[in-house]
Amino acid sequence: MTAFTETLPEYAYDKPALLAALAEVLPDHALLLSTEQKRPYDCDGLSAYHALPVAVLLPETVDQVQRIMTVCHAFGAPVVARGAGTGLSGGALPCTQGVLLSLAKFNRIVAIDPAARTARVQSGVSNLRISQAAAPYGLYYAPDPSSQIACTLGGNVAENAGGVHCLKYGLTVHNVLEVQVITVDGERLTLGGPAPDSPGYDLLALIHGSEGMLGIIVELTVKLLPKPQVAKALLAAFDDVAKAGEAVGAVIADGIIPAGLEMMDALAIQAAEAFVQAGYPLDAEAILICELDGTLADVAHQAERVTAILQNHGATEVRISADEAQRLAFWSGRKNAFPAVGRISPDYYCMDGTIPRKALPEVLTRIAALSREHGLRCANVFHAGDGNLHPLILYDANAGELAAAERFGAAILRLCVDMGGAITGEHGVGMEKINDMCVQFNAAELRQLHAVKAAFDPHGLLNPGKAVPTLHRCAEFGAMHVHHGRLPHPDLPRF
Amino acid sequence: MSDHAALLAQRVADAYRQHTPLALRGAGTKDFLGIPCRGTEVSLAPHAGVLDYEPTELVITARCGTALATLESTLDHAHQMLPFEPPRFTRAGCTGALGGTLGGALASGLSGPRRPYGGAVRDHVLGLKMINGQGHILNFGGQVMKNVAGYDISRLHVGALGTLGIILEASIKVLPKPSAGETRLIEMDAARAIRTLNAWAARPLPITGAAYWQGLLHIRLEGTPAAIDSVRDDIGGDIDGRGDAFWSALRDQTHPFFDGDIPLWRLSVPDTTPPLDLPGEQLIDWGGAQRWYRGAADPAAVLAAARTARGHAQCWRGDAVAEFGLTARLDLPAPLRAIEQRLKRALDPACIFNRGVWFDAGS
Repeated sequence: MTAFTETLPEYAYDKPALLAALAEVLPDHALLLSTEQKRPYDCDGLSAYHALPVAVLLPETVDQVQRIMTVCHAFGAPVVARGAGTGLSGGALPCTQGVLLSLAKFNRIVAIDPAARTARVQSGVSNLRISQAAAPYGLYYAPDPSSQIACTLGGNVAENAGGVHCLKYGLTVHNVLEVQVITVDGERLTLGGPAPDSPGYDLLALIHGSEGMLGIIVELTVKLLPKPQVAKALLAAFDDVAKAGEAVGAVIADGIIPAGLEMMDALAIQAAEAFVQAGYPLDAEAILICELDGTLADVAHQAERVTAILQNHGATEVRISADEAQRLAFWSGRKNAFPAVGRISPDYYCMDGTIPRKALPEVLTRIAALSREHGLRCANVFHAGDGNLHPLILYDANAGELAAAERFGAAILRLCVDMGGAITGEHGVGMEKINDMCVQFNAAELRQLHAVKAAFDPHGLLNPGKAVPTLHRCAEFGAMHVHHGRLPHPDLPRF
Repeated sequence: MSDHAALLAQRVADAYRQHTPLALRGAGTKDFLGIPCRGTEVSLAPHAGVLDYEPTELVITARCGTALATLESTLDHAHQMLPFEPPRFTRAGCTGALGGTLGGALASGLSGPRRPYGGAVRDHVLGLKMINGQGHILNFGGQVMKNVAGYDISRLHVGALGTLGIILEASIKVLPKPSAGETRLIEMDAARAIRTLNAWAARPLPITGAAYWQGLLHIRLEGTPAAIDSVRDDIGGDIDGRGDAFWSALRDQTHPFFDGDIPLWRLSVPDTTPPLDLPGEQLIDWGGAQRWYRGAADPAAVLAAARTARGHAQCWRGDAVAEFGLTARLDLPAPLRAIEQRLKRALDPACIFNRGVWFDAGS
């Protein structure tokens, strides 16, 4: 794997003086300075990029975070926030010129209020722990990104994390009531609150998906939902991915919003089956997993209708989970799809584009063509209900295939934009998709995004170089693609 | 039904150069909600029309001047709906025969009775095309359900009262209409109604509306007929023979509670807040989270009641509108106010949009 080369301006400040000032804020064990101590923090879930920060900070109180920010702001030192480091886009990749601020010790569930159906938690609490703590009251926290065992709520807000149930239950932004944020200059802000709305701009919405660029999240209050009476999963096999894609549209056209609606293609099915023996049909070109939840009466009624719709749209087989064990078995292959693909290839690169659902057959056909063109295999896993595609590009870094995998990935993202979609549905831009942002947005739009950032962080100290590319960077990127004659939007202004 | 985007962008660019304020206006149905904006009126109603709608994608894209009535009748053909039930205010002294527009619904950020169950306006905005304060036409978000590329400038415009730019077009997530519904009326006092609503909210019940007025709890049940059958006894009470009329009147504020000229306040509070100790009449909506108060209490008492509950209050009608209405100067902690001011400047550097709403030139 390669070390990441930054293209940041030089942050000229007195490093020894900064470290001395931080040592007055933090106890020794919370200020990591040696290479060995810092090494575990040198990357996030996108391990292709790594870098060592000046120091790793492990504050334990909000007051310490405020003082760290005040110090770093006074020195003009960059700060990168990190939760559990499970992000897949390099959003928590350290900045070599600044400090890495880990929220790992902010791991306390402050209060579960069963009457108000809310949970107040520190930002380093893992996603799944909330649902575990709420379970005795028959409540749970709906967003369930696949890394939910480890990923933190602060990170979920920063990425606006989704999961397999977001078509019905929404993303993180739909399930968070209040966020406590420390600003770049150490002020504490409360965004949102326990009431349904707050006066002024909806900064609570803006902080979602802002990738640590606007502030440091220290605490939040989330909504808890009552557990549905019952959940059932249907597993349908198809001999053609296009038919599976049409079946998805037909289910929704019938007025049914499934709790989850997932698709896997042949290579993903085979990898998953080899890994967890979920009982998937190995001869299928695609499978759909459709979860229905709600009252007993609703679920029984909907299961019947969905079965009929799937059969009418050419399903070669439809199974309905008879009990909880079978429901979990249907899901086991899907939930283990990424590690399963990891077993059949030395490395894989997970993409995260979104497309209108109707474009699915064409997108899959074109991904297959790109796969041949780039000489790399690709397994497709798809949040079909909400149009979020996760192509897994199989490659071997030791055989020097990383660059080819990245080129293949960039081509998939351009395809998503061409189809009216987006370069990232839930993984974020981070460092990984910084160039692809130049395909999604024009110069005026990028300038506007930078202006919004500057309203929070005028000197660009928070997570510098991530999420929104500089116009200069896009100019270089654009030129490169013109040179290769593959400019995706000839009509788009280039700069 | 035509495209005025280029024309509007040119007007904004000129206004930016000359520092001339512009007062943005759709159908004008919400004029009563606040003080008039300063500046030359820019009518956005002519920039209208549904641009894209495919029911299986659960997304509709339309221009800002599109009447909500037009949007809803389009959705109705596919048995779908706007899940946030925006008020249409068709009779509140408005000029547009069809009532409010999509742009106005987004800019005001007002949601109807379904809000706690179906989500708020901002929850359903997927993307928009806008004109910023320099006259640039920009696109943020898109027509897809999930999109984390760039900051969420689309949702930022919801409830911003037009102070951050002109919303030209928006893509909205829509949902299927439930196949059946009925309203139950249950007699009880207000305190018990709030406790009951919170207890029910912790259970998976097919409730999509919950309001309380004059001793009667109104519960809207929606879903399959079988689902409604299975909880009817549990909920109790009697069926409301008027069907959905109560909810529609509540949504558009044509319900008799909203009549007359007694001062009217909206309080947004946690849904567990006990009945407010204020002299006059109260209507509870949103399962307890939205309280309508009509009465002569001193504004300070209303604001204090909201603050004690960890919520906020807005004057909807009466003398206090200028000072405590939707458009009044924001009472925010200093660091938050500073960020909001900088954000306003980031999108509207010359403060030309709806000057006087929340901000003034130079503030």
